[in-house]
Amino acid sequence: MSLRTPMGRVLGLGSAKEGAGHWWSQRVSAVALVLLTLWFVVALLRLDGFEYETLTAWAAAPMNAALLLLLTVVLVYHSMLGVQVVVEDYVHGAAKIVTLVFSTFVHVALGALGALAVLRIAFGGAA
Amino acid sequence: MSTSNPARPLSPHLGIYRWLYTITLSILHRITGVALSIGLLLFVYWLLALAAGEAAYSAAQEVFAHPLTRIALLGFSFAFFYHLMNGVRHLIWDAGWGFERRTARLSGWAAFLIAVALTIVFWALLSLRLAGSAS
Repeated sequence: MSLRTPMGRVLGLGSAKEGAGHWWSQRVSAVALVLLTLWFVVALLRLDGFEYETLTAWAAAPMNAALLLLLTVVLVYHSMLGVQVVVEDYVHGAAKIVTLVFSTFVHVALGALGALAVLRIAFGGAA
Repeated sequence: MSTSNPARPLSPHLGIYRWLYTITLSILHRITGVALSIGLLLFVYWLLALAAGEAAYSAAQEVFAHPLTRIALLGFSFAFFYHLMNGVRHLIWDAGWGFERRTARLSGWAAFLIAVALTIVFWALLSLRLAGSAS
């Protein structure tokens, strides 16, 4: 017994070979975040305080800036993939498309703002 | 034109299962994930305030010092530690390990309790450090 839909049988195109792409992206970004977030938590606890000078000096150090940039980008990416799955599960029809587009826009905007902020701190733009 | 195949097997509806705490732990992974996506707004706001200069950052410091924000941060930190621990549990499952009933239930408890412990330790260390630097 074939489990393919009538439409699938007629088209006969088979798998687009990309079915596991989203799944893998979510896992790989999760593994990256285990490392990046642990670094961030430990770094927060090792700070001498949360004053402006302390934080900007810390965030401007090249290694910290690079890791902070990676953290921001991977967080946004992982969040976007996760919210997408949740929306696809609970929202249907036209509202699903609208919600997904909205979520994508917000995430990409957050990524751009966050990355730009990290770079500005790193290059001392707001001194 | 129908694209659905009635012969395709369907999984039983969620409501059919007897409740067990692992069900709550499972949905908690989603809930904390969505919560952290909202928390991401606060994280990016923090970065933007730092990038915008001293005045903007001191305004942000007032926002972060507000009791409501403090409570939110406490919630976000627990959401983070739980999503982290349960996420590692999921990754181990994805690798094919830990599916035995006993192991899967124990690891659920472990993820939850370690998350609670890490949240407490995190805030304790942070308060100690801040109290130390203030004096």
